[in-house]
Amino acid sequence: MKELLVVSGKGGTGKTSLVGAFAVLAENKVLADCDVDASDLHLLLKPQVRETKEFYGSKKAVLHSERCNGCLVCVDVCRFGAISVGRSGRRSVLQGEIRIDPVSCEGCAVCSHACPQGAITMAENLSGHWFISDTPYGPLVHARLGVAEENSGKLVTQVRRQARSIAEERGSGYIITDGPPGIGCPVISSISGVDLALIVTEPTVAGSHDMARILELARHFGVNAMVCINKYDLDEGRTEDIERYCRREGIRLAGRIPFDEEVVNALARGAPAVMSPAGAGRTEGRASRAMREVWTEVSSRLG
Amino acid sequence: MVVAIASGKGGTGKTTVAVNLALTLSGDMPVQVVDCDVEEPNVHLFLRPAIEVSEEVTLPVPVVDKTLCNGCGRCGEVCAFNAVIAIDTQVMVFPELCHGCGGCTRFCPVGAISEEPRGIGIVECGRAGRIEFVQGRVNVGNPLVPPVVRAVKAKIDRARPKVVIVDAPPGTSCPVVASVKDSDFCVLVTEPTPFGLNDLTLAVDMARELDVPFGVVINRSGLGNKDVLAYCRCEKIPVLLEIAFDRRYAACYARGGRLVEEFPELREAFRGLWRRIGVLAKAG
Ligand code: SF4
Ligand code: SF4
Repeated sequence: MKELLVVSGKGGTGKTSLVGAFAVLAENKVLADCDVDASDLHLLLKPQVRETKEFYGSKKAVLHSERCNGCLVCVDVCRFGAISVGRSGRRSVLQGEIRIDPVSCEGCAVCSHACPQGAITMAENLSGHWFISDTPYGPLVHARLGVAEENSGKLVTQVRRQARSIAEERGSGYIITDGPPGIGCPVISSISGVDLALIVTEPTVAGSHDMARILELARHFGVNAMVCINKYDLDEGRTEDIERYCRREGIRLAGRIPFDEEVVNALARGAPAVMSPAGAGRTEGRASRAMREVWTEVSSRLG
Repeated sequence: MVVAIASGKGGTGKTTVAVNLALTLSGDMPVQVVDCDVEEPNVHLFLRPAIEVSEEVTLPVPVVDKTLCNGCGRCGEVCAFNAVIAIDTQVMVFPELCHGCGGCTRFCPVGAISEEPRGIGIVECGRAGRIEFVQGRVNVGNPLVPPVVRAVKAKIDRARPKVVIVDAPPGTSCPVVASVKDSDFCVLVTEPTPFGLNDLTLAVDMARELDVPFGVVINRSGLGNKDVLAYCRCEKIPVLLEIAFDRRYAACYARGGRLVEEFPELREAFRGLWRRIGVLAKAG
């Protein structure tokens, strides 16, 4: 079983459209959406949720004001500015005036250890949900992190673990994963140990810049990478620059996809931009044909 | 006045709005642009600032003095992130997991732990013409984003009357919240597609939760469908500006060009955006 991760360093490069196309083209696969912060793949794949699971990714400090005598040790020890006093400046406060801001709390528990009255405890925090779904293209594991929650990395790990166990159960050939944007904690959790990272970029100043950062990350984790240039005809000079850069760095190119309003229209209909093999006899759009070629390249590399 | 520019997702044109609003206003008033997208800072590609100061962002991580440690294991019990583990008499520290909370140092009964700063990113300050510029950048492979965002936000100058434009990271999780919190107004940039709408609803939830007044800018309008407009009308969310889809704009962005300098009609549009922000920020 081979694990393919599609990433872009940045949102909006057309990564999810490409994953949608792969969902149609690849046979016998499990799909995973690791963009737990703002997932979009479900808009294309129309999943029927089969199982919903709660995700407790962190703990938060909770004050039991009846035990608090207002000594303010907690305010002093918290390095994240999460604990404040209702009326500022007073060293002795009436109980109940201490406030813990759950958004700033990192769950380090230092306050709970430090409180001489045992008035602070740590409580499991419901940070989001994850789902196992059926789609017309195969099973999909996806998730939704609550607003203002952290620890998306742990939720990503959960999604990947589940996708792998489904793939093993079914003897699937591939796991195809829509990756999160950026190069932070959720991407790090997504990229480690995959067989191939396909980096989708576009020929813009920001695009080539972000591509270089995510390539660096892939290298950092020893992961094979390929590059695919979307909307390449937006600036063909820059497309050639990107291709030259990749050749120089020894990065294989997976292809170029033209800008095609058909992709946006397909999106607006909520459907993958590439036709299923059954419908492929009809005339196919330029972008759709290019996506098919990219899949051929990628799957041959995956072996 | 601090205005955060956010979007449920990247690629909707957040940086475009931040840059062009800043350029439009900088002729008339002092403007500071703060790029909080510390994983992929892109504003500098368009403003091309001269960086004058560069500071490392650090987190205090523990160092164990082996001659003092008696292997009691207290530090490992205290650490909520498994960044320090005591096995038998050996104490191991994993600095990449450490959040710098100081717990292990505080609770070591024999004072065997001290702290040393570990670099997790940088903050850079400079100028681009009349615009003051700040950006942050996390080190590649470092998962701790919020402390770098906080270090960038610490450079916001609220003292003098001026406009501060904060380019937030994509999404709605902790780094975004760290960027948008305490702003006077939040502009949510979206595009008229089902992706745009989906991400916008998440961003709206966030703005409401943080209790920051907000409005929407629709980029690439004309492409896709009308669902975003319908949603805004239904939820009574003000649409502050619509930027039409135009291949010339896309090409200008691609080469790092500045829209308001090449297309004067957009300068007027961004002036209008600013007027609407002013009215709504006061009302909110
Ligand atoms: S400072 Fe806090 S997070 Fe870091 S090792 Fe010590 S207890 Fe753990
Ligand atoms: S708490 Fe201090 S003495 Fe105990 S194992 Fe940790 S470093 Fe050693």
